[in-house]
Amino acid sequence: MDRLDDLEAQSIFIFREAFARLKRIALLWSLGKDSNVMIWIARKAFFGRVPFPVMHVDTGKKFPEMYAFRDRYSVEWNLDLKIEQCPPLDTIDPTLPPAARSAARKTEGLKLALAKYGFDGLIAGIRRDEEPTRAKERVFSPRGLEGGWDVRDQPPEFWDHFNAAPPSGAHLRVHPILHWTELDVWAYTRREGIPIIPLYLARDGKRYRSLGDSDITSPVSSQAATIDEVIRELEATKVSERSGRAMDHETEDAFERLRASGYL
Amino acid sequence: MNMLVTEKFATTPSADGLSGNRSLVRIVLAGHVDHGKSTLIGRLLHETKSLPDGKLDSIKAVSERRGVPFEWSFLLDALQTERDQGITLDTSQIRFRTKSRDVVLIDAPGHAEFLRNMITGAAQADAAVLVIDATEGVREQTRRHCYLLHLLGISQVAVVINKMDRIGFDESRFQELEAEMARHLASLGLPATAIIPISARNGDGVERRTPAIAWYTGPTVLEVMDRFSPAKRLTDLPLGIPVQAVYKFDDRRIVAGRVETGRLAVGDEIAIMPRGTTARVQSIEAWPEPDNARSPQSARAGQSIGLTLDRQIFVERGDVISAPATPAKAVRRLRARVFWLHDQPLAVGAAVGVRVGMAERRGTIALIENAVDPGELSPIEAKIIARNHVGEIEIALAQPIAADIYAVNPRTGRLVLELGGRIAGGGLILAVDGNASVENRQDSGAGRAAVSVQAARLNTELADLPPVERLKRFRAAIAGPLVFTTSFGLEDQVIVHMLAELGIDLDIVTLDTGRLFPETYALWAETERRYGRRIRAIYPHHGKLEALVEKYGINGFYDSREARSACCHVRKVEPLDRALTGAAGWIVGVRADQSINRQGTALVSVDERNLLKLSPLLDWTRDAAQSFAADNQIPLNALHAQGFASIGCAPCTRAIAPGEPERAGRWWWEEDGQKECGLHIASDGRVERAAKA
Repeated sequence: MDRLDDLEAQSIFIFREAFARLKRIALLWSLGKDSNVMIWIARKAFFGRVPFPVMHVDTGKKFPEMYAFRDRYSVEWNLDLKIEQCPPLDTIDPTLPPAARSAARKTEGLKLALAKYGFDGLIAGIRRDEEPTRAKERVFSPRGLEGGWDVRDQPPEFWDHFNAAPPSGAHLRVHPILHWTELDVWAYTRREGIPIIPLYLARDGKRYRSLGDSDITSPVSSQAATIDEVIRELEATKVSERSGRAMDHETEDAFERLRASGYL
Repeated sequence: MNMLVTEKFATTPSADGLSGNRSLVRIVLAGHVDHGKSTLIGRLLHETKSLPDGKLDSIKAVSERRGVPFEWSFLLDALQTERDQGITLDTSQIRFRTKSRDVVLIDAPGHAEFLRNMITGAAQADAAVLVIDATEGVREQTRRHCYLLHLLGISQVAVVINKMDRIGFDESRFQELEAEMARHLASLGLPATAIIPISARNGDGVERRTPAIAWYTGPTVLEVMDRFSPAKRLTDLPLGIPVQAVYKFDDRRIVAGRVETGRLAVGDEIAIMPRGTTARVQSIEAWPEPDNARSPQSARAGQSIGLTLDRQIFVERGDVISAPATPAKAVRRLRARVFWLHDQPLAVGAAVGVRVGMAERRGTIALIENAVDPGELSPIEAKIIARNHVGEIEIALAQPIAADIYAVNPRTGRLVLELGGRIAGGGLILAVDGNASVENRQDSGAGRAAVSVQAARLNTELADLPPVERLKRFRAAIAGPLVFTTSFGLEDQVIVHMLAELGIDLDIVTLDTGRLFPETYALWAETERRYGRRIRAIYPHHGKLEALVEKYGINGFYDSREARSACCHVRKVEPLDRALTGAAGWIVGVRADQSINRQGTALVSVDERNLLKLSPLLDWTRDAAQSFAADNQIPLNALHAQGFASIGCAPCTRAIAPGEPERAGRWWWEEDGQKECGLHIASDGRVERAAKA
């Protein structure tokens, strides 16, 4: 067994724990490389099917390639797809910096979906290596009644024993690939032949390392036109993965505030 | 943290790309608050050139804007409150690469308030670096973290004495702290890998031995990190698969779980514990569906798998799949050493949730002993276990659960406690009521702690002594009967000779399996003649032996691993239990270089029966034993001269070819490297128990 097998085995274990311990769960599908890897692993965990809904919280501002990908693979992978539209910008906290405010629409969209379906667990594809506040996450991460994350009061979690009893009305976030890195995701995508959105590969000297809303996500300079080249590029880079995501960089704590209020 | 890759290694990706087979080691940084953990991490990232471009400058600019002097720790504190208060609240994880491997550094908070976060981080680690401020010395969180590392089962610990610049790099002060920590860790059975003087702020001792610490000759922090062993797969332990779920998505009924220990193959017989029902593995299921030729035929520790069985027996989440020969115990009452994290103290009579593997049961605390604050220098024993304290408990369970003691299986041998649906504590199982060798010993849990401390002390004391001195000191240190078990091998004969010369008072015992070589019986008689004393023989239990032969046939051990294990159990393991009844210490002829399983054996270890076990020839080579025997004209088994290196039962031992491993001639038809019958505990204190017939 190599490292990818270990990562996969741990993620399968987490999926099976979430499915066994929680009553009503959904997988958040951002259409990006991380959540595609998650869907792939869920199908391994459950022998070919994803036995819970897959939810796309749609800001309406994704790239056309992302919508095409969603429409094709939700059918091909036989997913129980739920699409949730986010509320308009004018309903969002105006004190947030502009890009963070735009991103916060997704948090509100999530809250609406939670209320509508009564999920007690949402499976999200965040990773510790993406961003310092995500490094502090638990695998089973409780959220308050308002969906907020209180980093000062995280429960202990050890030996793969998870806290899986959210207070009534609140929910848990479950993070099956928290321990993966960006490189792991690409190496696994290559090994397993998982389809990706072509925006991740360079065209005219630019590619996207992380995909979000088209108006607040920018491409990085790159010549990497294949997954192999992406992997080689990442092995040498010292630029952060989310450097193209505007809401991370507006103020020192913009992203932390987003996360505390329930962003992924 | 963001994508961190060291430039000098980035240019030479391995042939199959990254993430392939560089080893990954997870290291937790522990220690008292403000002793400099985050500073050390910042420095390590800098020294390994792991910081993203511009990161250092941007943090320096932010510090300037906020009117505070730059600190390396600012690189780590991710949250606004952490930056404001200068305290790490929750564990973060940072990656970097050294020469030979990838490292995940786990930065654990040092504030007592956040012990649950320290535990969350440390429980994921393969090794620990404990940071101590040279100006403050050992503080309560230092001691508490040491104790928790021990309870979390982390056995590799290095200590750094930080802020050496603040005491003028004073060598004698360093030596005082070094001695204090070496003693403290040894008392917990956690010998320090290294104790290193450093200044994280200035870089001394982190990557380089600088002139300021010219008097120090040991490894640097990065060198120690390169030496820690990554997590080992527990493939050589008895099979254990806690069942996560049983799926019936289509016409298949799939039992899903992760193989925690051991291995299994299609066709194997398995036992479902705690019920004890049995079935055979019909298939190992996988997706995407492989073609028939490639469907998985076996699985091993670490894999998350799904099985179908040949019979429709009842299986549910929480059960443990074992090999019938080595089942997890069905337990109604257990004893554990635990840490407690809940605000409400743990008291006798409390109703708690108990989790072992995937099983959850309601339990009642029946007994509390040795409840102490591990942070105190001279702890006072309490009747309850307060928050962030530790103690030993006995729990009575409402329903039986499948479990083992930690010394036998570290995965099925640990438990988690819940209060009000929230994880509130955890610890190691010391004794269970299903275990005959434990149930007669009411105080075995408490006793075990004392025995572990004594083992650690003896290990240090005996390490540099010759075997004869080791035997003398061991005899003097053990209050109670000593047993030496011999199978008349080369090492055994050397030890018999030494014991006779010393005139040490002890019982010499051999296990007569009934299938020994004629040459072995001849040597037995000759040894008694030469040394003028009787060697006590222990025989298999006749009823069990008859049942064994009835079930498997007279030479059934050649047919399956299961039959072989059962035979070893009846003829050797069970008789050994009787040979050791009432003993306080046990002497054996194990050498570390006999086999991989025996490497890493401690000179003095604690056997699962709570016995101190000495291997006086542990660090001898075969050549050393041979020349000692020749010099002293010690009688040896005639088979050695015919190419037999390790000699057991006649049907199961053959000569080895030059260059073959020493134990290659034992059970030679079995393919894997586990050439043990179950008499000797493996390197990390675990034992492969052979079958019960």
